[in-house]
Amino acid sequence: MKTSPEMDSGTRIAAQINSVTKSFGQGPSRIEVLHQISLEARLGEMLFLVGPSGCGKTTLLSILCGTLKPDSGSVRVLDNPLTELSSRRLIQFRRKHIGFVFQQFNLIPTLDITENVTVPLLIGGMSHSKATRIAHEALARVELGDKVKLRPSKLSGGQQQRVAIARALVHQPSIIVCDEPTSALDSETGHHIMEILDEVARDESRCVIVVTHDPRIIGFADRIAEMEDGRILNVKVNDGPGIQR
Amino acid sequence: MILLALRMLFNDHAKYLMLVSGVAFSSLLMVQQSSVFCGLMSWTYSTLRNIRAPIWVMDPKVEQANESKPLRDTDVYRVRSVEGVAWAAPLFTGNLQARLSNGNFKTVQLVGLDNNTFAGAPSPDKLIAGNMDDLRLPNTVIIDDFAVERLSEGLTNPDGTPRKIGVGDVFDINDNDARVVGIWKAHRSFTGGPYIFTTYDRALEFAPQSRRMLSFVIAGPAPGEDPAVVAKRIEASGDLKALPEGAFRSQTLFWFVRNTGIPVSFGTTVLLGLIVGLVISGQTFYTFILDNSRSIAALKAMGASMTMLILMLLAQSSAAGAIGFGIGTGLAALFGYMVLPGGQPPFLLLPEIIIGVGVIMFFITISAALLGIIKVARMEPDTVFRG
Repeated sequence: MKTSPEMDSGTRIAAQINSVTKSFGQGPSRIEVLHQISLEARLGEMLFLVGPSGCGKTTLLSILCGTLKPDSGSVRVLDNPLTELSSRRLIQFRRKHIGFVFQQFNLIPTLDITENVTVPLLIGGMSHSKATRIAHEALARVELGDKVKLRPSKLSGGQQQRVAIARALVHQPSIIVCDEPTSALDSETGHHIMEILDEVARDESRCVIVVTHDPRIIGFADRIAEMEDGRILNVKVNDGPGIQR
Repeated sequence: MILLALRMLFNDHAKYLMLVSGVAFSSLLMVQQSSVFCGLMSWTYSTLRNIRAPIWVMDPKVEQANESKPLRDTDVYRVRSVEGVAWAAPLFTGNLQARLSNGNFKTVQLVGLDNNTFAGAPSPDKLIAGNMDDLRLPNTVIIDDFAVERLSEGLTNPDGTPRKIGVGDVFDINDNDARVVGIWKAHRSFTGGPYIFTTYDRALEFAPQSRRMLSFVIAGPAPGEDPAVVAKRIEASGDLKALPEGAFRSQTLFWFVRNTGIPVSFGTTVLLGLIVGLVISGQTFYTFILDNSRSIAALKAMGASMTMLILMLLAQSSAAGAIGFGIGTGLAALFGYMVLPGGQPPFLLLPEIIIGVGVIMFFITISAALLGIIKVARMEPDTVFRG
């Protein structure tokens, strides 16, 4: 496994995982999905995890954001040792520090988009009226301020993903994890979604981690970790053609 | 989050309606059937409700109010002589055939009250036509409101239009003329025969003669005396059985519970209502959880605690349960409101029924939520990343 390129002395680490392994199943059906993975993600960057289906990208993302515990190794995110936190502390950690953008958006279809965006705030204990006001502001930032009362089903795929981004950012998390954010979108819409996420990643207090196998958006990455068969083959700074900034 | 949970449910119209309908139907079935059962059971002791007497004295072999084993006429005097008895009066009850103007026969429940005091007669405010004192006139009876329906067959106005029996009309009881001098509002009897009140001596004239005719002795305790204590004294004075009205009512009710299939029949329907409610609401709510599993997994990933999710699920199932229970109970009450004036079927909606069914529906909705809670508890937050 290749290590990541050296960091600038001023770069702060958002997440650091060391020698993480993860397997599923037991006995003969046991499959090791991650083999001794080590990786760093930095604040102010957009890190891509790429590789073929089944290589362990999503499992690694789940471990990084604290929704899955590794079998061994350590995970430290924003100076929090996730592998040592209790379930309760882990839930509190996710609630405060992680924003999620999913492949299928995972908006609640029976709620309007404002209510969907208020969810992270309400989970955090904010009052309904204050959460609604902040949600409206967040929706305005993704250019959906005129559609606040609509249900997700009334929006296009790109608009739904923008709602999901508004939901991921509304509680000001430091880590935004994106699982195949553009795979359900056409090229132009996907590009627009990545522009929004790219702007988020310019914030030095934030780190955007994107799992994708969509070659159309590779240019947005600051660094790219290539994975195969549960291992990181290499981590490289993105200087290839098509880089957008 | 509770508010959002409720909106999640209410906006899923199909599931919400299915869930509420299941609980409503279940509540309706249980409340309506229980009320009809209670109404029917209340008919079993209608004689005790219509004849006002604090103490009932009878043959020791009598098991319930709708049967009588005749006593000796002298038993009235024996009861009067017991310490603590303020008054005692003879009472005749029996089923006789009344012949209507069109020649048809109807079974009636004849009640013979004490000739002088009318002891045991319904309260005067129950008299809806006529005069109670007219019962002292020859061949007179007071009928109940149900008799107005049952005994009016064949009665017509001069122009040939049907009319109801009323004060002044005469019908036939066991080949004796019976002239109506009043109409009482009475509780309907279990056997379906209307109550016909007359004096004790006249009842003996109407009824087929036998060696003993006295059905019951009814008595009242002296002021300050406990009817139960006085009843015990009456029993101790000889070979008579004496019960306070409440105890006789309970004994009658439980005799029917033990000796008829009525409770099993109604109980089966109520059980069916419970099962239907449990299955429909349980299955619908579980489907609702399955349909929302990705959303719930997303909530878990975003940091919703299990306690928060449990509260959300309980709020959803409780809201659907409360609304369904309200609708079901309301419909049952509406059913009662519609059938009560006609008197059929019997309907007695007791607060205990509402409380009982409410507790059962609470159990059903919690059980439905429990299925969802188990599902959600087993759901890993990283499910949200899986395809």
